[in-house]
Amino acid sequence: MSELTASGTPASVPERPQRWMRFVDSDLLWSFSRSPVTMVAAVIALVIIGAALLTPLIAPQDPYDLASLSLLDATAPPAWLKDGSWNYPLGTDNQGRDVLSAVLYGTRLSLLLGCSAVILSFLLGVTLGLIAGWRGGIVDALIMRVADVQLSFPAILIALLIDGVVRSVLPRQVQTEISLYVTVLAIALSYWVHFARTVRGSTMVERNKEYIQAARVIGVHPARIVVGHLLPNVVGPILVIATINLATAILTEATLSFLGVGLPPTEPSLGTLIRIGNDYLLSGDWWISIFPGIALALLILSVNLLGDWLRDAFNPKLR
Amino acid sequence: MPDDTILEVNDLQHHFDVSPPALDRVLRGKGRVAVKALDGVSFSIRRGENFSLVGESGCGKTTVARCIVGLYRPSAGNIVFDGVDIGRLKQRNAMSRVRRRMQMVFQDPYASLNPRWRVRKIVAEPLVTHRLVTDKAELRTRVGELLEQVRLSPADGDKFPHEFSGGQRQRISIARALAAHPDLLVCDEPTSALDVSVQAQILNLMKDLQRRLGLTYLFISHNLAVIYQISDRVGVMYLGRLVEVATADQLFSTPRHPYTQLLLETIPRLDPPDGSSGEREPVAGEVPNPIHPPPGCAFHPRCPLANDRCRNERPSLLIADDAFVACHAVHEGRLSSRLAEPHSPARCD
Ligand SMILES: Nc1ncnc2c1ncn2[C@@H]1O[C@H](COP(=O)(O)OP(=O)(O)OP(=O)(O)O)[C@@H](O)[C@H]1O
Ligand code: SF4
Ligand SMILES: [Mg+2]
Repeated sequence: MSELTASGTPASVPERPQRWMRFVDSDLLWSFSRSPVTMVAAVIALVIIGAALLTPLIAPQDPYDLASLSLLDATAPPAWLKDGSWNYPLGTDNQGRDVLSAVLYGTRLSLLLGCSAVILSFLLGVTLGLIAGWRGGIVDALIMRVADVQLSFPAILIALLIDGVVRSVLPRQVQTEISLYVTVLAIALSYWVHFARTVRGSTMVERNKEYIQAARVIGVHPARIVVGHLLPNVVGPILVIATINLATAILTEATLSFLGVGLPPTEPSLGTLIRIGNDYLLSGDWWISIFPGIALALLILSVNLLGDWLRDAFNPKLR
Repeated sequence: MPDDTILEVNDLQHHFDVSPPALDRVLRGKGRVAVKALDGVSFSIRRGENFSLVGESGCGKTTVARCIVGLYRPSAGNIVFDGVDIGRLKQRNAMSRVRRRMQMVFQDPYASLNPRWRVRKIVAEPLVTHRLVTDKAELRTRVGELLEQVRLSPADGDKFPHEFSGGQRQRISIARALAAHPDLLVCDEPTSALDVSVQAQILNLMKDLQRRLGLTYLFISHNLAVIYQISDRVGVMYLGRLVEVATADQLFSTPRHPYTQLLLETIPRLDPPDGSSGEREPVAGEVPNPIHPPPGCAFHPRCPLANDRCRNERPSLLIADDAFVACHAVHEGRLSSRLAEPHSPARCD
C-alpha cells in the first residue's frame, strides 16, 4: 500500500524537519550522549567501517597482486623496530605481503562476510518466525522443533558440519571458489534461530491485537496483513539482535578461518591472517598475527558495545 | 425471510477447543475439552435497527460479533446477511463483497489502530483494499470527509494514533469502519474503555450517524445504561444462549426472564429509594463455567424459581406476550412477568 502522505502537497512540507527534530529529541540520542563508552565504540566502529569501505584507495599495497610482492622484503618487522621500514608500517609476512594492507583487506572481507551472514540469517529467521507465529499449529511446531534441535548444537559445530558436507561433495577447485558463499551460508544457518524465536514470539502477541483483526474484517489479504501490519511492528527488537549477531558472526567466521575451514589463504580474512601468522609466532615474527588480532578485537568490541547500548536504549526497563 | 431483515443468525454455535496438547492427551489419557462459548443463538436484525446484546462478562457477546464478521468460523448454525448465507461463501471474492458491507468497531481504542500507520492510511485502508477509490487526490478528499463525519479535522490525517485520546481514537475507528459504506456496523463494547463523558459523546455520534446514513447496528455492551440509551431491541445473553429478546422499552419496564430481572436490579438508580446509596450490587451467585454448563436451563443454579423441569429440560426461546423468553416459569405462567416498578437506569450524560 502506498504512503498516503502525498509528497508535494503543502500539508506534508514540514515533514522532514519534524522527523529530524523527533530524532534529535529522541531517547536514543539522549542515551547516546550520556554514554562515553558508546561514543568511543561508535568512533572506532566508524573508523573501521570507513577504512574497510575505502581499502582499495588507502591500502599501500594490493596483497592479492602476487607480482607486487617481493620475497626479499619477507618478515620485515614493523617500522618503529630495528630493521623496520616505513614502506611497511606494520611489517610484512613470510611472503613479503604488507601486514597493514592485509589487515585492511582482511577487515573488509570479515565485515562483508559478517554482514552478509547476518542479513541472510535475518531474512531466513524473520520469514520462518513470521510463518510460525502467524500460522501456528503444526507448521509452528515443525519450525520451532527444528529451531530447538539446532539451538542445542553450538553454532561453530553446525558451520563445521555444513563446511564438511560441502567439502566432501564438491571437487577441490570449486570449493576454493565458493568457500566465501559456503562460509556465509554456514554462519547464516547457525544464527537464524534467534531471529525466528523473537519474531515468532512478538508475532503471536501482535496477531491477536485488534488492529490485525480490524484488517481482517476489512478484508485485507492475509499476505498483505503480514507484510503491511505485522512486519513493521515485530521488526524493531530484531534490529538490536542483528547488531549483536554481527559481532558473533564475524567472530564465528574468524574461528572457522582460523581452523582452516573458512576462507583460503589466497583470500584471507582476519581469521585466516591470524592462522597464517600463528605459524610464525614462535619464531619471533609476532606482528604477522598480532595486528590482525588487534583489528579483530577492536571490531568485535565496538560492534558489541554498540549492540548493548541499542538493546538498553530500546528497552528502558534495563536502564 | 421478511424483506426488511438484514441479518439473520440461526442456531449459532461456537466451541473453543481448549484441549491439552495432543501428546498430553495420549500420555495422560485426557480427552478433548471444548468451551461452548455459543450454544445455539438465534436472532434477526431489521434494516436500520439498533439491536443490542447484553450480558455478564464471558457470556459470549464478543464471540457472536466475531462469528458474524467472519473472524471466527461457527461450529454450527448459519448467518444470513441480506439473503446470503455467508458460511457457504467459499470464494474470497464473494466473501470480500459481503465483508465490505459489514464492518466492526472494536472495544480497545488503543489496540485497534496500527501504531505505525498515519491516521490517513488507517482510514483509507478499506477504500484501498476494495479499490473503491484509486486516485490519490480523491482518496485524500474522501478521507478528509470521513474524518469530518466523525467530527475530527482532515488535518488529523497526518498524525499517528498515539497523538489522540481514547475517544478520538474511537472516532478514527468509526471513520475507518464507515469508509466503505457498510450497511451493518458491529460494535463490540465501543465505549466501555472510555470516560463516562466521552462515552456519551461517542454514543451521540453513533446515533447521529445511524440516522444520517441509515446504518444498522449490532451493539454489544454489558452496561445497561448505555444499552437503554441507544437500543431499539435488546437480546439478553446468559452462558452462550439468548434468554430474552424484547424491545428496549419492554425490557426495561417489564423484564420477564428471571435473569433479566436480576440484571436490572443491579442498576444504580438515580433516585436511590429510602436513602440507600445508589451503589451497584454485584449479581448474586457465580457465573457457571461454560466448559460444563449446567443441564437444563443454564441459569437454574442461580434462579429463585427453578424446579425439576428447569434442571432437566432446556427451555426454548418462545414468544411470551410481545417478547421472546426462554424460561419454563414464564411459559408455564408461574411468573407472568413480574410487574415491578419501571426501571429507568441512570443515563450517562
Ligand atoms: N480464544 C479463546 N479460547 C478459549 N476460550 C475462549 C476464547 N475466547 C473466549 N473464550 C471463552 O468463551 C466464552 C465467551 O467469551 P466472550 O469473549 O465471547 O465473552 P464476552 O461476553 O464478550 O465477555 P466480555 O464482556 O468479558 O467481553 C468465555 O467463557 C471465554 O472464556
Ligand atoms: S427456566 Fe427455570 S431455572 Fe431457568 S430461568 Fe426459568 S425458572 Fe429459572
Ligand atoms: Mg467481549
